[in-house]
Amino acid sequence: MKEEILEKLKTLAESAKYDVSCASSGTTRKSTPGGIGNTAGWGICHSFTEDGRCVSLLKIMLTNYCIYDCAYCINRRSNDIRRATFSVDELVELTIEFYRRNYIEGLFLSSGVINNPDYTMERMVRVVKQLRTVHKFNGYIHMKSILGSSEQLVREAGLYADRLSVNIEIPTEQNLKMLAPEKSHESVFKPMLYIQQGVLESSEERKKFNSAPRFAPAGQSTQMIIGATDESDKQILNTSAAMYQRPSMKRVYYSGYIPVNSYDNRLPALKQPPLVRENRLYQADWLMRFYEFKVDEIVDDNHPNLDLEIDPKLAWALHHPEHFPVDINKADYTQILRIPGIGVRSAKLIVVSRRYGRLNATSLKKMGIVLKKAQYFITCNELPAFTVNETSPEYVRQILTAKKVAKRKDNHQQMSLEFPD
Amino acid sequence: MIIFHYDKTFEGLLTAVFDAYNRKTFPDRLFGEDEPEPLFTDESYTVITQGDKSNRVWQGLERKMMAVTRNMLRYVWLSEQPGSDELIFRYIRKTFDSKHSIEMNFADPDILEMRNLAKKVDKERLRVIQFVRFQKAADDIFFAPVSPVFNALPLAIEHFADRFADQKWVIYDLKRNYGYYYDLKNVTEITLDMTENFPGGKLNTELMAEDEKLFQDLWKGYFNSMTIKERINPKLHRQNLPKRFWKYLTEKQ
Repeated sequence: MKEEILEKLKTLAESAKYDVSCASSGTTRKSTPGGIGNTAGWGICHSFTEDGRCVSLLKIMLTNYCIYDCAYCINRRSNDIRRATFSVDELVELTIEFYRRNYIEGLFLSSGVINNPDYTMERMVRVVKQLRTVHKFNGYIHMKSILGSSEQLVREAGLYADRLSVNIEIPTEQNLKMLAPEKSHESVFKPMLYIQQGVLESSEERKKFNSAPRFAPAGQSTQMIIGATDESDKQILNTSAAMYQRPSMKRVYYSGYIPVNSYDNRLPALKQPPLVRENRLYQADWLMRFYEFKVDEIVDDNHPNLDLEIDPKLAWALHHPEHFPVDINKADYTQILRIPGIGVRSAKLIVVSRRYGRLNATSLKKMGIVLKKAQYFITCNELPAFTVNETSPEYVRQILTAKKVAKRKDNHQQMSLEFPD
Repeated sequence: MIIFHYDKTFEGLLTAVFDAYNRKTFPDRLFGEDEPEPLFTDESYTVITQGDKSNRVWQGLERKMMAVTRNMLRYVWLSEQPGSDELIFRYIRKTFDSKHSIEMNFADPDILEMRNLAKKVDKERLRVIQFVRFQKAADDIFFAPVSPVFNALPLAIEHFADRFADQKWVIYDLKRNYGYYYDLKNVTEITLDMTENFPGGKLNTELMAEDEKLFQDLWKGYFNSMTIKERINPKLHRQNLPKRFWKYLTEKQ
């Protein structure tokens, strides 16, 4: 029994780990009498794997058998991997026992598609329903909505799950069709729409009646694989921007493509997953969500791809030196947010502190604001005026990227003389 | 130099504030009751902790400070850092001496340091919440050892009492040798003298519940399977999961 469960758990964890979403935020739920657990609105990471990713939820598949044959997926039906299926009871017990030991925040339930979408979805709903109703589990539940499952099942899932998600996987329709002939963008958008309607209706209802049931209170998220197909960052970010237009969409995740099926020649041969590009995309995503940037400010036809050497905010600033320098003692919050190297926290700190007196470079440094990049884009009381406009964007770029070169072991500035024997 | 001696309790510190305003002399340094005084002490005064005095100071703070900031005083106090009591003293004094709220003036070094230290303690509180690992004992009590850098355990107890309301648990600070026991109704502070039952924070195998080993193995197996080999990044791993926590983490054994 024990060996069997351990093997199943390992197999199904291996199959689930490529889904990057790990957030357990967005819902606050107090404990209930006789129930177990609560949900902290900010999300809690309980561990970190050796690749540095957070483990917050028990990210697991109900089964990794699948009727589909998507080229990018490790669980495609033509792959010769170990397959396993959890029973509903096994998964429920595992979740509860892990939760009681403070290993996890809750459950992230995904599944391969067996028989048909509704059959699979129905089993998944049984797991979350049992957790919520039988065990009165108040932890976090993130559930994947299976493509092609009925609206009724999505509606039921939303009553128990905190977050529902459907992965768009490939940013453009045409490439999705190439890698996953059985899927289309329409088949992805349909369940997204069900979720959105559920969320909107529930929030309307709850305005009228406090006791109306909550529907996926943490909204929905989605994921795109980066680097498996030839989309530019412009196409990717425009797809994300369109996603964020949807009322319930909270997060778009970017997953650097890891060649799990390297034999498939529709996929590129990558030596390394595109980790830097993935990071830049997340930075751009943050700019859209928290820094009030529009997508066409970050990427346009002249710069369809993000600069891998510098972050997108610095890149924007170097393309638009006319917006600088910003006077940190006078400029409003949105302008301060646009200074490279100054984040949301620093910007807020500046805005509240300057009420008490003028800020100068020393006080900024003491407040923990990093001026490495910002110094070329601001003026304040004492700072020597040596900004991007006194020099040139090219020069600033050179200084800010040069340091990496100096750190290298082979120092090119030092001439080496070779003495013949 | 003016020195105040007090009993190193929070109430004592508040009483010291009261006495200082009463005497109109403000200490340059604060010392414990038996701590030796430095040379060149001009004046030395010993504070006698009194509840009514400390309450009056606290009430004054309730008028002059936001609740968040009063919380911050508690956090900084629990940091147990040398000089943190003097910092709190200076902060309270600045609060009382100013007509306007000073809470957001982060260009002032004391206010900034209060905030930074409180943030560090808060971070430690979060890490306690993240990295506590319960082991189920044979008597159905869930036991977890911790040894935080700052005394952050009391700040995390409310969270655990709400979250694990239907199981008995003990969270024990092995560094400071005290802990909390929850008996399904109340949380009480306890001191255990049977530390030999959990060498290195691990429950003895004979004290463990029957299925405890199984779930530990399952969690370890799960944790190892979750790593994506192509993305291994030991630096990031240690940054997110500092080594000092590894000794109590089931998955890192």
